[in-house]
Amino acid sequence: MGRGVLDVSNLSAGYGSGSILQGVTLEIGAGEIVAMIGRNGVGKSTLMKAIMGVLPATSGEVAFMGQPITHLSPEQRAAMGIGYVPQGREIFPELTVEENLMMGETINRDKRGTRYDIVYAYFPVLRERRRQLAGTFSGGQQQMLAIGRALVGAPRLLLVDEPSVGIQPTIVLEIGEVLEKINAEEGLTILLVEQNTRLIARLAHRGYAMDKGRIVARLGRDQLTNQDMLVQYLAV
Amino acid sequence: MGLDVLANLLYQFADNMAFLLLAALGLMIILGVIDVINLAHGEFIMLGAYLTALSYNWGHLPLPACAVVSMVGVGLFGLVLERTLIRRFYQDKLGALVATWGVSLILSQGILIVFGPSMAAVPFPQWTLTVGASSFDGYRLMLFGVAVGAVAVLWWLLYHTRIGVQTRAAMQNAEMAACLGIRIRRIYLLTFAAGSALAGLTGALYAPTTTIVPLMGTGFVDVAFITVVVGGGANPIVGALTSAAVLSVISAPLASISGTFIGRIGLLVAALVVIRFLPQGFSGYVRDLQRRRMGAAAAP
Ligand SMILES: Nc1ncnc2c1ncn2[C@@H]1O[C@H](COP(=O)(O)OP(=O)(O)OP(=O)(O)O)[C@@H](O)[C@H]1O
Ligand SMILES: [Mg+2]
Repeated sequence: MGRGVLDVSNLSAGYGSGSILQGVTLEIGAGEIVAMIGRNGVGKSTLMKAIMGVLPATSGEVAFMGQPITHLSPEQRAAMGIGYVPQGREIFPELTVEENLMMGETINRDKRGTRYDIVYAYFPVLRERRRQLAGTFSGGQQQMLAIGRALVGAPRLLLVDEPSVGIQPTIVLEIGEVLEKINAEEGLTILLVEQNTRLIARLAHRGYAMDKGRIVARLGRDQLTNQDMLVQYLAV
Repeated sequence: MGLDVLANLLYQFADNMAFLLLAALGLMIILGVIDVINLAHGEFIMLGAYLTALSYNWGHLPLPACAVVSMVGVGLFGLVLERTLIRRFYQDKLGALVATWGVSLILSQGILIVFGPSMAAVPFPQWTLTVGASSFDGYRLMLFGVAVGAVAVLWWLLYHTRIGVQTRAAMQNAEMAACLGIRIRRIYLLTFAAGSALAGLTGALYAPTTTIVPLMGTGFVDVAFITVVVGGGANPIVGALTSAAVLSVISAPLASISGTFIGRIGLLVAALVVIRFLPQGFSGYVRDLQRRRMGAAAAP
């Protein structure tokens, strides 16, 4: 295996009845923003869940920072430094904003300190409304909260699954800015699942295209800024 | 005269509510957090009473120390049981029912074999409080204080400690909590131990009020189940308080006019009515209200 932040080799996983991922191989180096694109239902979220350990691998391997993690639980993977922002955000609606952020503290147990200062600086609305129940937030604010919750724990790798879905364009822009900044300033490595071509073009250094549970193309920076090229992989 | 009746009613209410709360709290937090119904809950209470009887009559400890022994003893028992047995059934709720039922049988039969059909009694602390023309048992008033105190401690733990907030997160979305590195297994272990310790405390507190026999758990567990069902598992604090209060308002006057049996029937009827209209109990209803309000606020 390589020496990247994340090395996935030949990974297969699924939901009981059948295999969704059919041997996915990819690697992500330190400081990269890598996009994973593909049509609805091709298995992008399934890949994220398999990397996080929510779904067990039926075959293949996952390594994080050079260590095999294929047989570790999600709790252990998070403790090693993987931050997860799932599709649908999955914030805790009946906890306050502050309590939600606190739940990210258990990510990356080797960190030197929590990152509330950075999270509040990037998303001032989270500080202003920190005593409010998270369930009262709009979709965009919930997305900021889900990202903030992962960032509090100072992750070494951030998995972000379709942050733009169902969110006002201005907030998508704001989220994109934050991810870009935190990557530039802190060198945070990011795997970004997206279908929003503007966000992909803006953020990603390179990418992969997925279809039917397989990686079907590796995309360079110039291909990611080429709208026609992207549409080809995203169109139904 | 009117004041006497009122004081008496209040006393009955407090006595009743304390019993419901103390009988149900342990069962309720285990259900609320782990979603497991501990059918051995009554036998845990029985164990607490036995530990108190033993440490009082054989160990010659003062009653408060006996209560600590019961709490710690049954809590540790719960800890070991979770580690060895209960955690195997978290994916299998029906299996958990059968397993805890098996534990309840083993406990009551085991105690019968070891200690025989009954146990030396623990004397009732006679602290009489006289207000006007009526007199009340100070010990039973203290039980009410302890019950309210137990709820307050639980509330503080759940809302003002890190592990408590993690527990509430796990109740709302265990998979996501795990993805953030929260140790769910440990939360379940501690919750089961805490619920067991509460049962041990209840056994200790009520040991002086009843005859201590291997099957005494049943006298607690029927009331505990009614309280838990009416309260619902969505929020153990809200559920326990509302349910115990409402049920006591109904059953305390009934019991004082027509006796304990009619009081229990009243409880059961009240529970059936509540469940007919609020299938998730009071705390489920409160949560749904809150969610609906949040849903309205969260519209984009
Ligand atoms: N919990 C589940 N149980 C069974 N099948 C599932 C489950 N979740 C997803 N699937 C199936 O797995 C396949 C891949 O789903 P996945 O969510 O990974 O797609 P996706 O690429 O993330 O799509 P989208 O862009 O719509 O989010 C789909 O066919 C879907 O129906
Ligand atoms: Mg998806």
